[in-house]
Amino acid sequence: MKLTGAQMVVEALKRENVEVVFGYPGGSVLNLYDVLYDSDIRHYLSRHEQGAVHAADGYARVTGKPGVVFTTSGPGATNAVTGIANAYMDSVPLVVFTGQVATTLIGTDAFQEADMFGITLPITKHNYLVTDIQELPRILKEAFYLATSGRPGPVLIDLPKDIQQQQAEFVYPEEVNIPGYNPTYEGHPGQVNRAAKAIARAKKPVIYAGGGVVSSGAHELLLKLAETTGIPVATTLMGMGGFPSDHHLALGMLGMHGTYWANMAVHEADLIMAIGARFDDRVTGKLDVFGQNAKIVHIDIDPAEIGKNVKADIPIVGDVKLVLTELLKKVKPKEHKEWLARIDEWKKEAPLRYNQAEDGEILPQYVIESIYNVTKGEALIATEVGQHQMWTAQYYRFKKPRSLITSGGLGTMGFGLPASIGLQIGAPDATVFCIAGDGSFQMNLQELATAVAYKIPIKVAIINNRYLGMVRQWQELFFNKRYSSVDLQKSPDFVKLAEAFGAVGLRAEKPAEVIPTIEKAIATPGPVVIDFRVRPEENVFPMVPPNHAISDMVRGE
Amino acid sequence: MKHILAVLVENKPGVLVRVAGLFARRGFNIESLAVGRTMDPGISRMTIEVDADEETLEQINKQLNKLVNVIKISNLTQEPYVDRELVLIKVNAPASSRAEIQQIVETFRAKIIDVSLQSLIIEVTGNEEKLEAIQSLLSHYGILEMVRTGKIALLRGSKTTKNGEVK
Repeated sequence: MKLTGAQMVVEALKRENVEVVFGYPGGSVLNLYDVLYDSDIRHYLSRHEQGAVHAADGYARVTGKPGVVFTTSGPGATNAVTGIANAYMDSVPLVVFTGQVATTLIGTDAFQEADMFGITLPITKHNYLVTDIQELPRILKEAFYLATSGRPGPVLIDLPKDIQQQQAEFVYPEEVNIPGYNPTYEGHPGQVNRAAKAIARAKKPVIYAGGGVVSSGAHELLLKLAETTGIPVATTLMGMGGFPSDHHLALGMLGMHGTYWANMAVHEADLIMAIGARFDDRVTGKLDVFGQNAKIVHIDIDPAEIGKNVKADIPIVGDVKLVLTELLKKVKPKEHKEWLARIDEWKKEAPLRYNQAEDGEILPQYVIESIYNVTKGEALIATEVGQHQMWTAQYYRFKKPRSLITSGGLGTMGFGLPASIGLQIGAPDATVFCIAGDGSFQMNLQELATAVAYKIPIKVAIINNRYLGMVRQWQELFFNKRYSSVDLQKSPDFVKLAEAFGAVGLRAEKPAEVIPTIEKAIATPGPVVIDFRVRPEENVFPMVPPNHAISDMVRGE
Repeated sequence: MKHILAVLVENKPGVLVRVAGLFARRGFNIESLAVGRTMDPGISRMTIEVDADEETLEQINKQLNKLVNVIKISNLTQEPYVDRELVLIKVNAPASSRAEIQQIVETFRAKIIDVSLQSLIIEVTGNEEKLEAIQSLLSHYGILEMVRTGKIALLRGSKTTKNGEVK
């Protein structure tokens, strides 16, 4: 069958069962959009390419399927860069198609030309510049395979305009043949045995579970491992929901804004089982004292993560799901009463708490805990980046995997709103909240138009403290309260703004209004923006100051 | 410690920039780099010399392996190996010093490949020690310009890099 390059792309999307594309058309992708016009694939037009990529990212994270993006060349493609880098840092499968000027014009500084192959080299799992239509079917097959296999990640295909127009025979390959790419899925049996023995010997073990647990679908196995061996589980931000927060073995989040007891447990542990995690600096604090008394088991699908930051005593390269399946055959039931009692003492010593006065200002933690209470923890949450994100990790007790969609590695302000749109598209029946700060909401608020246009009923809860709160917190704690460029007093009226976009705007200014407003937002069809006017100078505690040991926590007032 | 890595890569556009970019981005240093085709036209061989401790070397190896176009990496310095580099040296050579230079060239089994009234171009092949020795001698006459290919290397004996893989 002879197809044009543009037809090949859409045909490949069908073969890969792609139902949804996020994008923004332009001069270099007119052919692609023309073919798309006749297809059954739903296209969501964003208002900025960054929004399209974040939406695809949110969609991918909630569905586990690859997110697909179309942009035009030049500025359309460069606008997608932050979104691609974000997906790369959080290992999210995306296939991004960027239009490119015709092959005859490449390298001439043509109109809307940008070297996307060069620009995205360090922020993609792999990328392609298509220069020969004969290679396109193979590239399409490889792109989807690479994005979704091994450690997932974004793959970019830069598609010149003339390649989209040319015709060639289309045979979609059944299989890929990439000699340099062979992910290891099965853990080494000897190492798995050693891990089981280490578990049997350990007196103060801790599991440190990351995003790999969620992406490999290993949450049930993790639960079984913890319950069988009696090992308590701390999760990273990316691992939230990978272990039920209300479980008696759950320690909550570890790291910079983790719980005191999770950090103390990791600090004093004699065995740390890192599962699908990568010892990020926000988790480890001061590296040379992290887990200094512990034997470290590190399970990850990416061999390059093992030994990168922390030396593993027992490295296991493999898919978390398969490794845990094998490990579960080797471990024996165990209990750690003394150890859990010790952790419990830490919990009593420094619980997560805030003090919401009935007639005082609204506290941000109260808003987030109220969203949890009103939705009974069943809502799916996307967040922006900053204080509200950390409070969400602390006070929304995630029970299920893929229920928190957040920018972990790159920390992208502006991620949450578009990601929540993709999240709702991927989970149309769910109640979806975007928990946002007033700063990060304004970074991609144009996507409210997308939500309105497609009647996507996201509920955007702006934790409005009129500051760039996290930066202000650091300036307060480490820069002697010199509040340099963090004042957001002159933000728009978010209620009127929502209305101008055709959404519904609500506001809560008193603690008593918080719960009714949340209930009203949920009862209101379509997108809703809620302006929660909260206490401006509330800080996120506990906190490990940068480059301190994680046991060295500032607990706050 | 210096290590010589033989990196087999798919002969595709952009593969050199992928490898070079990786070194730059992760702060690894390349001491020398030589690239050429292998017997299989679809595969190129990069010989990369790096100065790295054990941990950094492990990261270099793992990060290189993550590149989709990288097929195999072998650390030749773990086994007996031979390495060579080719250098072209344009040296100042007026009639008065020409005979001495020719003697040096002979001693080093080098070759004169271009002659003019004021200068000679000398081609010399060898390991690093030899190249530095001749360079140091010729510098007395004034080296006008010099170019080096970067090291290439093979394992000694009938063993090929297939057996010498870094774990």
